[in-house]
Amino acid sequence: MEIAIASTVIGAGLAVGLASIGPGLGQGNAAGSALEGIARQPEAEGKIRGTLLLSLAFMETLTIYGLVVSLILLFVFPGTISSMLGPN
Amino acid sequence: MLNLSLSFTPLASLEVGKHWDWNIAGATIHGETIVATWLAMSIIIIIGWLGTRKLERVPSGLQGFLEYGTSFTANIAREQIGAKDYKPYVPLISGIFLFVLAANWLGQIPARLIPLPEAEILTPSNDINTTLGLALIAILAFFFAGFKTAGISFFKFFIMPNPLFLPLKVLEVFARIMSLTFRLFGNILAEELVVAVLILLVPFFVPIPLMVLFLFTSAIQALIFATLTASYIGEAIEEGHHAVEPHHD
Repeated sequence: MEIAIASTVIGAGLAVGLASIGPGLGQGNAAGSALEGIARQPEAEGKIRGTLLLSLAFMETLTIYGLVVSLILLFVFPGTISSMLGPN
Repeated sequence: MLNLSLSFTPLASLEVGKHWDWNIAGATIHGETIVATWLAMSIIIIIGWLGTRKLERVPSGLQGFLEYGTSFTANIAREQIGAKDYKPYVPLISGIFLFVLAANWLGQIPARLIPLPEAEILTPSNDINTTLGLALIAILAFFFAGFKTAGISFFKFFIMPNPLFLPLKVLEVFARIMSLTFRLFGNILAEELVVAVLILLVPFFVPIPLMVLFLFTSAIQALIFATLTASYIGEAIEEGHHAVEPHHD
């Protein structure tokens, strides 16, 4: 039982941590390119900012999926395990 | 049994997945979600009613604000669906945008002060059932737009470039429902968890800047939900035109 809970918590931490690597890289790329675009064409700043925010939110969603998985692991899974193993 | 309801101070505690269950005719209903949903809807309806009581040719005050909002949401629909057939879908897109916006912003009100037997009046979009319902509405609108454009031959959409794509296209529909559901649910839940954890650590003043930031990100989530719904409808209409006239490429 303890091992099951411990591995659940470790898995929940890893889910968010690993899921934030890719979107972090992507968001950095997108923000960098947007900065370049604004530096080259300052009059297009409003349009670039709108598109950038929308695409940043899309990338953030990927981390949120990891967060949802870890929330399921933390809040839903322990009850399932303990009902499977019976009262300790 | 792992119980993650942290409570160091009487001011703050953290719970996920606890609901104020109502039993109506054998079905279990999350009471606080229903109350919050009706609250969000009534806010929109009351503001709309107040702003349209005395319509003037040159709008001022609330009417001007409402007209700005209408043209904003109509613009989302026009950008994604196209200037030709966007008109019938403007109410749907506007409704989704306004409801999600009102629902997300409800969460910034400290409703824990209102005593409930379980849970608290939170954002309705904090409950996965609400977001799943909205996602199903979006997918139904996708199919409605497709069948309205192409009739029964909209099924060609599933075998469009090649019949080999059939499993992928069927999977895509379910993936869309899931991603719409989890995007809104996860974002709003994450925001509330961050605020709740900060309130656990420092109960006063420190969470305020983050709450201001979350007002902004909640609005972005509403915009994304409306934009995605509109883009699915636009895709269905475009593919429907292709299905009716395959040579018109």
